[in-house]
Amino acid sequence: MAGLHKSDFTNPVINWIDTRLPIFTMMQKEYGVFPTPKNFNYFWNFGALAMVNLVIMILTGIFLAMNYQPNTALAFDSVQHIMRDVNYGWLIRYVHQNGASMFFIVTYIHIFRGLYYGSYKSPRELLWMLGVVILLIMMATAFLGYVLPWGQMSYWGATVITNLFSAFPVIGPKIVTLLWGGFSVDNPTLNRFFSLHYLLPFVLVGIVFLHIAALHVVGSNNPLGIDVKSPQDTLPFHPYYTIKDSVGMCVFLMVFAAFVFFNPNYLGDPVNFVPANPLQTPEHIVPEWYFLPFYAILRSVPNKLLGVCMMFAAILVLFVLPWLDTSKVRSARFRPIYRWVIWVWVLAFMVLGVCGANKPEGVWVILSQISTFYYFLHFLVILPLLGKLERPLPLPESISQSVTGGRGGGPMPSGAAAKPMEKA
Amino acid sequence: MRALRNLLLGMAAVGPMLGSALAAGGAPTPPTQQWSFERIFGTYDLAAAQRGFQVYSEVCAACHSLTFVHYRQLSGIGLTPEQIKAVAAAVTVPQGLDDQGAPKEGPGTPANKFKAPFPNETAARAGNNGAYPPDLSLMVNARVGGPDYIYGLMTGYGTPPATMVMQDGMNYNKYFTGHQIAMPQPLQDAQVTYADGTTASVEQMARDVTTFLAWAANPELVERKQMGVRVILFLLLMTGLTYAVKRKVWSDVH
Repeated sequence: MAGLHKSDFTNPVINWIDTRLPIFTMMQKEYGVFPTPKNFNYFWNFGALAMVNLVIMILTGIFLAMNYQPNTALAFDSVQHIMRDVNYGWLIRYVHQNGASMFFIVTYIHIFRGLYYGSYKSPRELLWMLGVVILLIMMATAFLGYVLPWGQMSYWGATVITNLFSAFPVIGPKIVTLLWGGFSVDNPTLNRFFSLHYLLPFVLVGIVFLHIAALHVVGSNNPLGIDVKSPQDTLPFHPYYTIKDSVGMCVFLMVFAAFVFFNPNYLGDPVNFVPANPLQTPEHIVPEWYFLPFYAILRSVPNKLLGVCMMFAAILVLFVLPWLDTSKVRSARFRPIYRWVIWVWVLAFMVLGVCGANKPEGVWVILSQISTFYYFLHFLVILPLLGKLERPLPLPESISQSVTGGRGGGPMPSGAAAKPMEKA
Repeated sequence: MRALRNLLLGMAAVGPMLGSALAAGGAPTPPTQQWSFERIFGTYDLAAAQRGFQVYSEVCAACHSLTFVHYRQLSGIGLTPEQIKAVAAAVTVPQGLDDQGAPKEGPGTPANKFKAPFPNETAARAGNNGAYPPDLSLMVNARVGGPDYIYGLMTGYGTPPATMVMQDGMNYNKYFTGHQIAMPQPLQDAQVTYADGTTASVEQMARDVTTFLAWAANPELVERKQMGVRVILFLLLMTGLTYAVKRKVWSDVH
């Protein structure tokens, strides 16, 4: 019979659906038997953790939106209404509020994993670029969301960041007016920010789907950075990596819970407990911690337009990273110089974060300028040259040879050989 | 469990330290106090919170609103329903319109929010020499240092150094940014008479009112921490179980 998918599922209901819409076959292929390198370390948990975090953010966000009022006269009060009067509103809001920070922690570690093990290199360039798109949308969403409680830092953060666009010649002021929906940050701004803050996470879901689809075409990288050569190098995703991701998820949720229940405002700014006041500028306007490195890059340049361009360039440079890094070896394990250089870059990024938290005066100016210089030097000069100059260590023959300590690919583990269909 | 507790205690301890280090510009950091609600299993000292409510009502409420707190929530500091009704009934609140369409007023109920001392900001400024007494609902969360800052401000009044030129109508406070605060020293010894016989020193009243304001800012704190302990215990168990299963599943790989 033409058109019906041939399904291996024996359950009649699942079989009936699967022959017409093979989603069960797809899930079995992509998350059941999906061949995954057997040598992942716990760094490979963080993609799944980011996914879990995205789901948590969307779910809590939906419930917050049921009680939130996107109106300058009501927004601050409605957040307090959620915190005090809505059943478990404090829990939903603190999870959402701290979830943003958790999302960035997890994503930054996920990106570091990619940098350290060369996950951006051929054939995973597009997978990596989709990841950078995800980072950009995440940042936009986080910024929009921070404006919604309409505290002092919400208002002044929105004012500072939207004003950055005015640096662009000719179109700059028009962009700012469009972002504001008027001639200052006001009710129309809050309305459109709320609308976009609700929209972008679903765009994110779409890009995440593409990110995972691309991953499942080229397959995962691994700590050795060498290609999968035979089935002996891999394990089925389930149960090996579903259980390993679950361990990571439990630990992650524990860290998350420690913040939510015992110090929920630790990562926030006390000034945002003061309602927005357009007539009174806070003493020190700082963004949330996850934007601090980029904020420091912005302020390290005395020229506004150049500073804005540098800030955007700091992320856009990641798009061309696969072509800037000329080394054919992926994993830093086999790159004796790169494995140190990448840590210097991490240090520069963290120093930028500390600079961003401090007022731009005295030692912080020069520190942020040096760190900004190194940030770009790493990508634009060191990586292209290092690929030519560095002598990589010899790569292992295969993943299984390395895992079993050079005894060569042994027999396939019995668990991996089990017919996964039986689990369905 | 002990390791986790130490870890969490460590986090709780580092948090305020970092915060106060950042606050250093302009005014000295108020000394760290012991608060019943800051420890990991901490709850509000209800006797202190009730005394603090008395201080707020008799002193602070003359100028400062408590906009986000409802009278009904006073059960959170241990007031009985009868006491709450009596507290609410002592104020007059708007009650919509009468049959003729004229605005109507009547005694408050537990469902009402705390009545503000001034109808709006302009009236508040007019009554306070141009200064606006801020709302206190979130004050403990809205200042770096939190309760330590509020306590420091209440006890930090004094005579200015001889070199300092004070502006007209301003008062010296060593913990206030710039040291010149419009609010006169609000607490004097024996300003209130505590029903439970506690001596109403400035330090005692400052401690009590800070406890009350900490509750007003975070009324969910006790429930939150208790839930947190249960959640962390559950997750510890889950982590152990999951890790055991992981070891079992992976035992045939290497």
